[in-house]
Parts: sequence; structure tokens; C-alpha cells
Amino acid sequence: MTSALLVMVGIALALGAALGAASVLFRTQGDPLVDKIDAILPQTQCGQCGYPGCKPYATAIAGGEADINQCPPGGDEGVRKLADLLGREYKPLNAEHGVEKPKSVAVIDEATCIGCTLCIQACPVDAIVGAAKQMHTIVSDLCTGCELCVPPCPADCIAMVPVAETVDTWKWRYPVFELRTAHARTQSAEEAA
Amino acid sequence: MLRKLFSFNGGVKPDPNKSASTREPIARLPLPPQLVIPLHQNIGGTPRPLVRVGERVRHGQRIGAADGNVSSAVHAPASGIVMAVEPRLMPHASGLSAMAVVIEPDGQDEHVEREPFDWKAASADEVRDYLRDAGVVGLGGAVFPSHLKLSPGRAMATHTLVINGAECEPFITCDDMLMRSEAHDILHGAQIMKRLLGARQVLVGIEDNKPEAAAAMRAAAAALGDPSIEIVVVPTRYPAGGAKQLIRVLTGIEVPHGSRSTDYGVQCFNVATALAVLNALERGEPLVRRIVTVAGNVERPRNFDVAIGTPIGFVFQHAGLKPDTDKLIMGGPMMGIPLPDMDAPVVKATNCLLASSPALFPPPQPELPCIRCGECARACPADLQPFELYWHSRARNFGRAQEYHLFDCIECGCCAYVCPSHIPLVDYYRYAKSEIWARERDKDAADSARERFEFRNWRAEREREEKAAKLAARSAAAARPAAAATGAEADDPKKALIEAALARARAQKDAAAARATDELAPAGGQQAGTGGLQQAQAGGELVQAAPSDKQVE
Amino acid sequence: MYNSPYLRKNASVRRVMSTVLVAMLPAIALQCWLFGSALLVHIALASVTALLCEAAMLALRHRPVAPALGDMSALVTAWLIAVCLPPLLPWWATVIGTAFALVIGKHLYGGLGQNPFNPAMLAYALLIVCFPALMAQWPGLGVGDFASQMDWVFGGARAVDAMTGATPLDALRTGLMTGQHADAVLHTTPFGHVAGAGWEWVSLAWALGGLLLLALRVITWHVPVAFIVAVALVATIASAIDPARFAGPDFHLLAGGTLMGAFFIATDPVSGATTPRGKLIFAAGIALIAWCIRAFGAYPDGIAFAVLLMNICVPMIDMKTQPPVFGHKNGGAS
Ligand code: SF4
Ligand code: SF4
Ligand code: SF4
Repeated sequence: MTSALLVMVGIALALGAALGAASVLFRTQGDPLVDKIDAILPQTQCGQCGYPGCKPYATAIAGGEADINQCPPGGDEGVRKLADLLGREYKPLNAEHGVEKPKSVAVIDEATCIGCTLCIQACPVDAIVGAAKQMHTIVSDLCTGCELCVPPCPADCIAMVPVAETVDTWKWRYPVFELRTAHARTQSAEEAA
Repeated sequence: MLRKLFSFNGGVKPDPNKSASTREPIARLPLPPQLVIPLHQNIGGTPRPLVRVGERVRHGQRIGAADGNVSSAVHAPASGIVMAVEPRLMPHASGLSAMAVVIEPDGQDEHVEREPFDWKAASADEVRDYLRDAGVVGLGGAVFPSHLKLSPGRAMATHTLVINGAECEPFITCDDMLMRSEAHDILHGAQIMKRLLGARQVLVGIEDNKPEAAAAMRAAAAALGDPSIEIVVVPTRYPAGGAKQLIRVLTGIEVPHGSRSTDYGVQCFNVATALAVLNALERGEPLVRRIVTVAGNVERPRNFDVAIGTPIGFVFQHAGLKPDTDKLIMGGPMMGIPLPDMDAPVVKATNCLLASSPALFPPPQPELPCIRCGECARACPADLQPFELYWHSRARNFGRAQEYHLFDCIECGCCAYVCPSHIPLVDYYRYAKSEIWARERDKDAADSARERFEFRNWRAEREREEKAAKLAARSAAAARPAAAATGAEADDPKKALIEAALARARAQKDAAAARATDELAPAGGQQAGTGGLQQAQAGGELVQAAPSDKQVE
Repeated sequence: MYNSPYLRKNASVRRVMSTVLVAMLPAIALQCWLFGSALLVHIALASVTALLCEAAMLALRHRPVAPALGDMSALVTAWLIAVCLPPLLPWWATVIGTAFALVIGKHLYGGLGQNPFNPAMLAYALLIVCFPALMAQWPGLGVGDFASQMDWVFGGARAVDAMTGATPLDALRTGLMTGQHADAVLHTTPFGHVAGAGWEWVSLAWALGGLLLLALRVITWHVPVAFIVAVALVATIASAIDPARFAGPDFHLLAGGTLMGAFFIATDPVSGATTPRGKLIFAAGIALIAWCIRAFGAYPDGIAFAVLLMNICVPMIDMKTQPPVFGHKNGGAS
């Protein structure tokens, strides 16, 4: 009995030591981790996380300076993926940084645009085209929906419009569990009777 | 001569239900009061509209131009006035709308000039472009642009052209009826395709439940006197009409998912596609009509020759929809999709319109847990383990589902057909596939955004350096440190971006956070470097520190 | 809203399970005829217990009770447990075994389709570990009428020792332990023609039911064939090497639960392997382990433990034996 216990404890200790050693020896470090985190971040480059872009936020997470729940565009799923990658506990999105919204793109009201180029400077992904004193337009395919162009606009002519589902982006819904619907219940009760 | 046939694993034998709609010959459906012609009727890019509202179009006029090479044109099936170019309801499971050209036929049916294309003299690329602009796509239901399939393979020469007349799905008889009436033209079209592909033989596969069609095709083949054409009767087993399954049955070759069958020396076309190729090349007629089986819960099941863009309700009127119809299906009962409404138009993919009633297709029994009985695996023609796919798709474990070859699934529905637990297995695969695609789209978008962001930063950096260099050159007192200069430029775009980001981030903090930041400011100031970026990061840290401080308080 | 396929085959879990129940009837009838009708009492006890447990567990798990009860899977488990138990077993042992199978073996793992272990074999293993003496209470062939059997089951009668007769596997064990030659033991009275008077016929009745399952495509050939071939093979080799210690294949095939295991136990879809090659490995594994337990182990028959042991290996077997996907055979595309 005692010997069995000792063997068990011994095995547990050995395995624990091996695991510990492995985690020290094979720890992912440096840039690969930043890149992996950056790959999960949505690249909206909106700064809501408190960093000027996704990469800096990724660097901060990797450096242990920032928490994993500060990116509203990435949403709940993003936090989950980060938690998975880093082996951390999942936590809900920090509301201080904003809330998850449906993906939108910015649209410039071309009648009101005064051509000041301020939005072009603000756009982190060069999704706005136009020249000084000429009407500007947003290339909606490139717009990440970061909203950074909205506040600088002196004419208040930029609006965020949610992206509508199209035939090409439509997704099949998760099949319902018939098991739990009342309808199914009565039906199968009849059947069993 | 008896050809050695091969077999695919799995498959099921549902009741074919084909006799009702084959009693009468194909009828030509009159033009509806309004045609709604969706622009996107093919796999690949969405064609660009070529017409404007109010414009008069003629029968056969191109109204949508192919967008790039992986796309296919669309044409007006009648002469008339363009009433609108706007999003209209699509015959799609989503019930969403997409761009369509709405034409009101004027009843004159005035054609554009129809001139045969001298394809024998043209180069292969010219023929392909011509077919693309004639809007020829696969009419078996997949609507893959045919011109893309008519290029010989990369790995080896195409030796066999398979013409698919198997039509394995219950209720559907459009290919059957077409083969009975247009056998000669179909085979003529096949000869053209054979020549374009440089193939040596043409195998026409027909299921053995269509003896009339097989006889008609045999007679036509004999009349043509082409020894390279062989009509092969294959055993009836769903899904023998799946392109890969038919290729396997006729040649023994298995084409894996994701590779082109021409790389294995085979190519496969539907019988109706063969006819469409002939019509385009020899008669100059673009693809504007197709045969549609109307069956199920209707008074007069029949095959109709329908102008593409005809509203589905108009077609059903002619077949007499029975009152207890509870849903409309495009395609067969095994793979068809539910139609959102009667207004959706007939498109190039519409091989069958099926009216369903609770008596005909009773709603499925409640889903029970999977008992791992393996029935689905025995029925799967793709040799998959459907219950494993189901398991992982249900758990949203998409990576594992892909390891079990989710994308090899052809969504034939055999697995759900046999499942004793009545699990809607295919729904889980559709769900998983569209989720995976959505994720890939998101990832591509993120990658491109990252690239653009990095490029922008790089450009900003370069501009700043250039400016600094100019400044340094111009200034006599060149001793000024470059770093300070960079940091101080007020109109520096990068700085502007950072400021904007920071301003946003700060603006969102509540009062408590702001107070904490203030308290921490001196410490943060010590850390702050000279570069704008570093400063921004330090700022970010400070803001970041706030919430945790608050917790401590 | 539901999507294609709109056509469904007329198949259901209920139908599958009922077929299994029907296929069990010949063996049950024969067993009753040869060893007395106490078996029917046990079947009834087990069935009632199973249905009650199933209903209670479903209610506790907030699952609709009716469809799951209607699928008859609990009855199959109950019957399989009852036919494995000796007819003279006290009634409470049957109840405990069945309840254990349903509650622990099935529902604590998530219910139908989720249980890693064969619930019937779990019950059998529990009972033989806890009550080895009771589990030996098989009546001798044609001994005792129904009333006296009921005395055993409900009265806990101990006076009629003469009623129990050792099963052939037990007798062989005891014989071998006392140093007799296997052949000599096998020619004593309780062994009938080949593998125990009456037992060989019951075994054949199981095979008959199994063939019915095969014919109706409820099971595939893989498991029974691999099972039987493996048992026959190992028994032949062993008895050729040392006929004094090991009985031959005829004995091993017809004695104990071999044929029942081959057709009814190892073919359980939920806890067994699902790929064709996996089924072969799974069944052969059970057969080998069962033979080892019979030949060298502490228990007379080892089917139950063998099944449970192989159940553990199922995920790995299934993973390693995935059949090649269409087009990916012989290396596939690349
Ligand atoms: S909050 Fe904005 S900038 Fe920060 S990681 Fe998310 S998307 Fe990128
Ligand atoms: S047929 Fe249904 S119950 Fe059987 S293994 Fe497949 S999914 Fe599970
Ligand atoms: S739908 Fe997919 S998994 Fe199901 S049988 Fe067809 S190919 Fe196999």
C-alpha cells in the first residue's frame, strides 16, 4: 500500500518536473509570439485597445503589459482565441475599451465633403481616396471600420454603415436541436405512445 | 461492346419518382410579363451590368459582361425594355437579394444578329473567350463556367470526355427528356468539346432507369457514325450522377477534392451543357433558356423550356400548384435548396422546381443522439466518416472537421438519408463550411489591412526621414539631432495617427481611469522616450494601468 | 425550417433496437427451455429497472423523456444484462447491475451515443467482481422447476445446493487446477457433446440471431468474423502446443459467451470501433483478451473484461484506421 502510494507520488513528481522543464525549455518567446497574437487581432487598427494599432497591442500582450480583453473589434471570439493561444483564462471583453459592434464601414456623404484631407491622414489603412479640396471617397472593401476618420472630419460628413449580409457572405445557421423544442417533444411523445 | 464498369462506395437508392414528369414532352413556356435576370449566375466573379434602365435590349443581347476570366456573361432572353437594374430576391437559401436586370418583354422577340462562330479556325483561347461571352456554364446545377473546363489539363492530356446523363436525383428528368428529344445535338456538342479538349473518347453515362434516353442516344451515336462515342448505361444508384462518382464509374479514376479532373485526363460535362456549347458555337445562340423539371405537388408535372429570369411563380402557374404545398424547392429532394418566395427567378442552375407538401416530404422526425452506427459512413460516396464530421462541426471544432476532410463532402445527403437518429447531418456540414469560409474571408481582410497599415507606417517613416534629411541639408546649423526633429514634427502623419488613436483611447476612459492616469503621470513621464511611437506606447500603458489600480482600490 | 435531403429512409434507432431484441429471442427461448424460466423474471426485472433509470436520468438531465425511452436502447441493454446473469441470481443483484449500467455506464457519460463502455458488460463486470459466488449460480441442465428457481431469486434459498451446476468454463477451470488433462475434463458429464450440455445449443441460438442481424444489415460482418476467427485461431494454436492445458477451438467457440459476444456485445455501435478495419482490430482484440482471461486469468469467462478493455482503445483504433477518402487513395492528388 505504502509502496504503491510512493510510486504514485514519485510518478506525479517526475511528470510534474518534466512538464515544468518543458515549459521553461520550449517557451515560445520573442517575435513569433507577437506575430501569433497579431494574427488573431482583427487588424482594424482602431486604437480602442489603447495602443496605436494591433501590432503594438500584440507586443504589449506578449510583454505582459496588456490584458487580452481590450480589443472590441475582435470580440468575444478574439478573446477566446487569445486565451487559447496564451493558455490564459478567458475573460469577458473589458467594456472600458468599447463593446463589440457589427462590422461597419465608413461612408462619406459626398455632397457635404469639403475635401480637407483630414480623414485621409487619419485612416490607418489608406482606404480613403481623394485630393485636397476635392471630394473624398472610401473604398469600402479596404475600410476596416475603425472609425478613426469620423472625429477628425470638420464637416461631420462621415457615417458608419453596418455591412449588410450578401448572398456571397451569407452563412448557414447552426442547425437547431430539435430535441429540445416543445414541438418535437409532443410529436415524439405521440410516437412513443 | 461491354465496357467494364467501376463502382463507388456507398450511395443510396431512393424511389426515383421520375415517371410523372416524363409522360409528356418538353413544353416551351411562354414569356412572363417580367424577366428578372440575376447577374451572378455562375461560380466566380459577378458580371458587370452592360445596360441601363430604359434601354431597349434584343433577344440574345449581352446584358452582363464577365468579370475577369473566372466568370460568365449573361444575356437577355427576349427583346424588351430594361425596367430596373437593382437587387432582387435570389433563388438562394439565404432569401437575400442580389443585382439583377429586370426586363419587360415587348413581345416582338427581335434577335441580335446570330452568326455561327468559326470555332474550327479560331485558337483555343478565342473559343474559350467566345463561350465565356456566350454565358455557357455547367447546367447540371454547379454552374461552373464551361470555358474554364475546356482547357486541357496541366499534368497530362485529356483522354476521355465524360458526358453526364446519369441524372441520379429523384424527381428530376430534364436531362432525360433532353436526351430523348435532342440526342443528336447533344452528341454533336460533345464532339466539339472532344475536339477542343483533344480527347480520344466520349463516354456518355446514363442510369439504367432511363432506357428511352439511352436508346435515343444510341441511335443518334449510330447515325453520327463516330466510333469514339460510347453510350454507357450505368446502374441506378444515387449519387451516380455526381461528376466525380460518374467519372469513377466510367473510368475507374478517382479525382480528389480540390484538383481538376483534367489533371487525371478526364473532363465531365452535363448533357445540357453539351447542347449549350453547340448552340453557342454553331448557331451563335447564347445561353438564355434551359429545361426545368416541374414536379412534386403539382397538377401537371412536366418539363418546360424556360427563359432564364422567369419568375418561379409563373412556372408553377403552368404546372398547377396544388393548394397544400408548404414549400418550394430548387433542385431535387436530396440536394435541393429551399426557395424563399415565388418571385425568385429561374436561373442557369435551376434544373428542377419541386413543390413539397407535408405528405410528399414529411418534416423530419426529431433529432436523436448519434449512436455511431456507421450507417452514414457506409452510405457516403466520398468515403468520409460523416458522424465524425458531424461531431466536430456540432462542437464548432472546425479544425478537426477539416482534418476529417469536411471539404471532400459533396453534400449529397446520403448520410442524412440513412441516419436512424434523423440527424440533419448535411446542415451541420453546410454550417461548418460557411463558417470556415467566413473565417477565411475575415483572415484575408485582416491580412490585407495589416499589410496596408504596415505600408502606411513605412511610408510615413520614409516621408519623415526625407523631410528630416531636407531639413538637415537646408539648415546651416546641422548639429540639430535628428531624433528630436522627428519627434517634433507636428504635421507628421504618423504622429497624427498616434495622437488620434490616443485621443480616442483617452476619450473613452471614465473619470476614475482619468484620475488614475493623472496620478501615475510622473512615473510614466520618466519612461517616456523621445520617439513618438514609444511615447504612445507609454501612454497606452498608463491608460492600461488604470483599471487594475481601480481594482486594488 | 429544414433543408435537404427532404427524403429520408424509413430508419430509426427504435427500429434498429427492436431488431436486436427480436434477434435475441431464439437464444432466450432456448435458454429458458434448457435452464428454466427464471431468466424471464430477470429480463422483466432488468427491463423495468432500465426504463425507470433511463426516465429518471433523462428527467434529471432535463432531456425530453419520451423519445429517448421510445428508442428502446435501454431495453437492449437490460436484456443483454439479464441473459448474461445466472438465472438463480437474487433479484436485487439484477436490479443493481442494471441500474449501474444505465446510471453510471450510460447517463453519467452523457447518455445514448456518448458512453465509452458497453453498459451491459459494465454491469456484468461489476456483479462478478462484487458477488463472485452469486454469479456462479447457474442451474444444472433441466434441474429444478420454476417455483424452486423463484425461491432462489426472491427467497434467497440456499438449501438446494444440488440445483446449481458448474458452467463448462468453471468446470474446465476447476478441472485444470486439480491437475487433470483438458481432454479428460471435457469428457466428463457436464460437457455434453462439445462445450457443455445445453450450452452449445444456446451458443448456436445466439449465432442464429446474429445471422438475422447480419441479414437485416443491423451489423456488418467485420466484428463477428474477426471475433470468431481470432478465437478459433488462438485456441487451435494453443491446444496444438499443449493439449493438456488448453481446450480446442470447438470448445472455446461454443462455450460461455463467445458467440453472443461476437454477434451481440462486440457489435454495440456506440462503444465499439466504427471503421471497417477498426472493427476487425477491435473484435480480434476482444477475442484474444477473452481467451487469455479464460486460459490464464482468475475468472472463468473474460468476454466482459475483454470488451471493456478494448472499449478504452476505441478512440485510438478509430483514429488510426480512418479509411481513405474518395480520391485520396494511393496517396491521392499529389
Ligand atoms: S482594439 Fe483596434 S487597434 Fe486594438 S487590437 Fe483591436 S482592432 Fe487592433
Ligand atoms: S447514421 Fe446517424 S446515428 Fe448512425 S453513425 Fe451516422 S450520424 Fe450517427
Ligand atoms: S453529404 Fe457529405 S458526408 Fe454525407 S454522404 Fe454525402 S458526401 Fe458523405
